[in-house]
Amino acid sequence: MKHIRAINRKAVRIEEYVAAEFGDIVALQQGGPPAPTRPHYPMGCSLVFSPGWEVDSTGGTAGLCQPVERDLYDCYISCFWPAQVPDHLNNYPDWTSKCASATKDWRNIDLVFP
Amino acid sequence: MTTLRLGEFHEFSGGGQDYLYLVPSGAIFALDELSSAVIQTLRAGERERLDLVADLTTQGFNYVEAEETVAELYQSRALTNGHGYADEVQPAPMPFPLQTLVLNVTNQCNLSCKYCYEFGEDRLAMPEGKTKFMDEATAFAAVDFLLAQSPGRRAVHLTFFGGETLMNFKVVRATIDYARQQAHAAGKYIDFSLTTNATLLTEPVIEYLAEQHVGVTISIDGPQEMNDQLRVFSNGQGSYEMIAPKIKALLAKHRTRPIAARVTLTSQVVDVKKIYRHLKDELGFHEVGFAPVTTSPVRLYAIGTNGLNSILEQFTALAEEYLECALRNEHHGFSNVSDTLAELHAGISKAHPCGAGLGLLGVSPSGDIAPCHRFVDADAHKLGTIQTGIDRAQQADFLERGHINRKPECLTCWARPVCSGGCYHEAFVRYGDTGQANLHYCDWIRGWTDVCLRVYGELATRNPQFLAHFDERKTL
Repeated sequence: MKHIRAINRKAVRIEEYVAAEFGDIVALQQGGPPAPTRPHYPMGCSLVFSPGWEVDSTGGTAGLCQPVERDLYDCYISCFWPAQVPDHLNNYPDWTSKCASATKDWRNIDLVFP
Repeated sequence: MTTLRLGEFHEFSGGGQDYLYLVPSGAIFALDELSSAVIQTLRAGERERLDLVADLTTQGFNYVEAEETVAELYQSRALTNGHGYADEVQPAPMPFPLQTLVLNVTNQCNLSCKYCYEFGEDRLAMPEGKTKFMDEATAFAAVDFLLAQSPGRRAVHLTFFGGETLMNFKVVRATIDYARQQAHAAGKYIDFSLTTNATLLTEPVIEYLAEQHVGVTISIDGPQEMNDQLRVFSNGQGSYEMIAPKIKALLAKHRTRPIAARVTLTSQVVDVKKIYRHLKDELGFHEVGFAPVTTSPVRLYAIGTNGLNSILEQFTALAEEYLECALRNEHHGFSNVSDTLAELHAGISKAHPCGAGLGLLGVSPSGDIAPCHRFVDADAHKLGTIQTGIDRAQQADFLERGHINRKPECLTCWARPVCSGGCYHEAFVRYGDTGQANLHYCDWIRGWTDVCLRVYGELATRNPQFLAHFDERKTL
């Protein structure tokens, strides 16, 4: 809390309770509890779009500035999401090693069988 | 729309900082300029939340910060939108694990202190025809009982009491040996203490107490002229001359535990500072604790309202001295302050005034169980026997009557987290009901809690490290 400061042990417990009850829950964030900033912009693939990787301004895929195949990488490298694609950090660091250019080599990216 | 009003709290300041003592949680928060302004604004009466925040912005505060502050005060319950009264307090989980057993190893005493609650005019005990000295079998059974009835606790405590405890020293010794073995076997830590009038302290007794790390509390009322007013032998002769050299010997040899003096204040013995100086500086006690005598108001030695006010003034002066020492990180032996600071630091909020009948029980020489040592041998308050166990129905009745929910006078008092209606024994002597709030000392308790809060506030502002002394929990 910013404007009242917990002094005794009970106050510290109340502060912890309030933080847990009313504080923001932020996924995929590392480190300790977030510094209270306002407004809060949540990070992650669900809200921040890499420009143009789903549909272009007309709703089609022809004019994308990045190929749709870029999609594969987005979960693999920038925002690891284990249910969707192999994990690049620990188990499948070489999954895309045969795919130098996504638009041309995407067929080289194979399934994995854990 | 939410209407906000001030919640329940007591304001105090220390070292130029404003604090709130929240009720009933017992939490202490420091205010900043903005949170102080919120409280100040709401003093005029309840307000709509948006209206309150708008008012604060006209006072020059940032809108987002004002909103944030109101939320913080509301979430910690310094502000409320409800009916203004706290939620009902939950009952304690039962059966409650024992922590301390007080063995009244004898109901006999070699002194005849005039105010004694065991023998004096206000006594509740009916020892006639009962065992006068606890035997080994009963004491050992009590130890087994303590260990069996304390599931989940790593440490338990055994206190020996009387009568005059040392009149049955043989059993005390045997019990300590037995308890150490049994506690070891049960994987628990056990420690011991006793209270004595010091008349029977001899070299071997002192050596034994030091060697066994037994905590010792001495009942003494100050320098000779004060002590000998009421702490007398049956022939009326004062006890000071006999005990002073024995106490000096004890303090010189027993260095394994702090030795405390316990002073009973009466209408004749009220010079707190002089008593403290004598006991701490001249005799050398580690700490000194004071308590006004428990008595019906008609006794000559009873302390009236004026007397209580004078005691509060003197306590306040001695608390100032405590604060000066604490600011220099030095020890001060006025244990009434340190005990209260420990409770304030933890932020305890009591549903019952003390642990009697809950984590603490008293045992009479014959093995009867009482809520605490003060009710031992008082048959109306018996809670079972060591041999047959706790009478759960009696215990539940005792605890229910003593619960804060049953004391309507307390429900609007800001000091209830630390007081919870006060001593059961005092209430019974005064009002004939253990569940009655001790209304004769309400002002005193509030006054004293406020003094201790201010000491706490000064320390939190000027020497917060000192408060870390109180971080250690008393119970395990």
